[in-house]
Amino acid sequence: MTQIAPPISLEALSFAYSELPVLEAIDLEVHNGEFLGIVGPNAGGKSTLLKLIMGMLQPQQGTIRLFGAPPHKTRNRIGYVPQYPSFSRDFPITVEQLVLLGRLGCRGNSSWLTSLLPGRYQMADYHAAQQALQEVEAEPLAQRQISSLSGGQLQRVLLARALAGEPELLILDEPTANIDQRLEGEIFELLRELNQRLTILVVSHDIAFISSYVTRVACVNRTLVCHHTDAIDGSLIQDLYGEPVRMVAHHH
Amino acid sequence: MNEFLTALSEYTFLQSALVAALLASIGCGIAGSYVVVKRITFIAGGIAHSVLGGMGAALYYGVDPLGGALFAAILAALLIGWIRLQWNTQEDTLIGALWAVGMAIGILFISKTPGYQTDLMSFLFGNILLVSEKSLWFMGGLDALLLLAVVAYHRQFLAVSFDEEYARLRGVPVTFFYLLLLVLVAVTVVLLIQVVGLILVLALLTLPAAIAEHYVHSLGRMMLLATGVGAILSTTGVALSYSPDLPPGPTIILLAGAAYLLSAVTARALIKRKREKAQSSSEAP
Repeated sequence: MTQIAPPISLEALSFAYSELPVLEAIDLEVHNGEFLGIVGPNAGGKSTLLKLIMGMLQPQQGTIRLFGAPPHKTRNRIGYVPQYPSFSRDFPITVEQLVLLGRLGCRGNSSWLTSLLPGRYQMADYHAAQQALQEVEAEPLAQRQISSLSGGQLQRVLLARALAGEPELLILDEPTANIDQRLEGEIFELLRELNQRLTILVVSHDIAFISSYVTRVACVNRTLVCHHTDAIDGSLIQDLYGEPVRMVAHHH
Repeated sequence: MNEFLTALSEYTFLQSALVAALLASIGCGIAGSYVVVKRITFIAGGIAHSVLGGMGAALYYGVDPLGGALFAAILAALLIGWIRLQWNTQEDTLIGALWAVGMAIGILFISKTPGYQTDLMSFLFGNILLVSEKSLWFMGGLDALLLLAVVAYHRQFLAVSFDEEYARLRGVPVTFFYLLLLVLVAVTVVLLIQVVGLILVLALLTLPAAIAEHYVHSLGRMMLLATGVGAILSTTGVALSYSPDLPPGPTIILLAGAAYLLSAVTARALIKRKREKAQSSSEAP
C-alpha cells in the first residue's frame, strides 16, 4: 500500500491564520520521481504550503497525505532545506556534526519509542553523513566550524544534512535566494542529478530560471494552478503576479 | 596560600569545601554549556531565583531545604518551559514575574519561621564551608544523574539546542527533550546553590561555559573545558578567601567575572591576529 501511495497528496486543503485566508481549496498530487517547482508572489502562501506538507501547521479543512499517511508519521522520509537557517551561525558545531543531526529518526518508523532511543551514532550514520557531504562536494569542509562557511558553502551543507537522512522526497525553500548567480546554476545541476533517484519539490520566486529544470510548475497565490513547463509564457506570469512582468530569455 | 594548604590538611570542613567545589563544577560544565549555546540565561535565572520559594517552604515545614530546593527547581523548570512553549510572545514578562513571585514566597515563609533568620544569608550567597557530608553525597548523586542523561541523550540535546525546527522534522520529541534540558539546568542550580547561593548561581552557571566557548568549536569539548575552568575558579576562590576571611561565594564569582573579562579580551586579540596573519599570507605572492 505504501509503495503505490504518492509522496504528496493534498485534497481540498484550506488554511487561514486566524481570520486571514492564506490557502483555499488546494488540490495537488506529486508523483514519484517528479521535479515540481512552486512559484508565486511573496505572501502568496508558498511557505505556509510547505509547513502544512511537513506537518508543522494543521489545516482547517481538507486532507494532507505524505506517502499515504498523516505528515507527522512519515515526515522522516523528507529531506528539507530551509530558506533561512533556524539556528545561530556562531553555535559551536562542526559541519560533520551538523550533517549527522540529519540522521536522527532514521532507524525504523518514527514512533515515540524509537525517538527515545539513547546512545551514540553508529558507523552507518558516519558513512551516510560522509556520503552526503561527498554528493554535494563539501567533504573537505567536514571539520570546519559552521561560522567559517560562506553562504554558498552553508547551502551545500544544509543540502547534505537533508540527504544524510536518506530521504525519498527532497523539499527546498528558495535554495538559491542567499547565494550568487553562478552558484545558483551549480545547485540546480546538482538537483537535476539527485532527481534521478528522488522526488523533488522546490519553492522559488524565479519562475523563468527554474522552468528549465523542473518538470511541472505549481503557481501558488491563495489558490494553486499547475502547468507543465512548456506552457509557461508571459501572459501566464502576468496573471499570476497581477502586473506586467518582463521576461528575460535564459539559454544555458 | 601556604596558610590555606596547612589548614587544608588539618580541617575536614575545608576538604569538604573543595570536594563540593569539584562536584559543582561538573554541573556547571554540562548544564552551563547548554545554557550558553542555547542562550537561555534568563530562563536559568528564573529557575534559580524561584528556588527560594521551595527552600523557604521546606524550612517552614521542617523538611530538608535541599530537597525543597530540588523540588522547587524542577517545578519552576517545567512551569517556565511550558510558558515558553505555550505563550511565546509574552515569555520574558511571565518568566520575570515567576522569578520575583518565587522569591517573594520564599521570603514570606522564612520570615514566619522562628529562629532561622541567619540561614537566609547562606541560601542567598552560599556557604561552601558549611557543606555537610550528607550534602556531598546528595551533590554526587545529582552529578551522576546529569552525566547519565547527557551520555544517553547528547544527540537529542544537541538537536534541540541547535535547531528545534529540524529536530521536530526528524521526529525528535522536542518538547520532551526541551523540558528535560531545563530539568537538568534546575538540578545544576541546586548543586551550585551549595557553593555560591542562589543569587550568584547564574554567574557560576554561565561564566565557565562562556569562557570555554572562546576557545573550542564543539559542545562536547566545551563541556570538558568548562568543567575544568569551573573547578579551577571555585577551588582558587575558596583558597583566596581563606586567609583574609572573606565569604567564599562572592570571591569565586568575582574571580569568575575577572577571568571572563580577561578571556574575552584575549580571544578577541587572538582572532584579530589570526585575521591579520591570514591577510598578510594571502597578499604574499
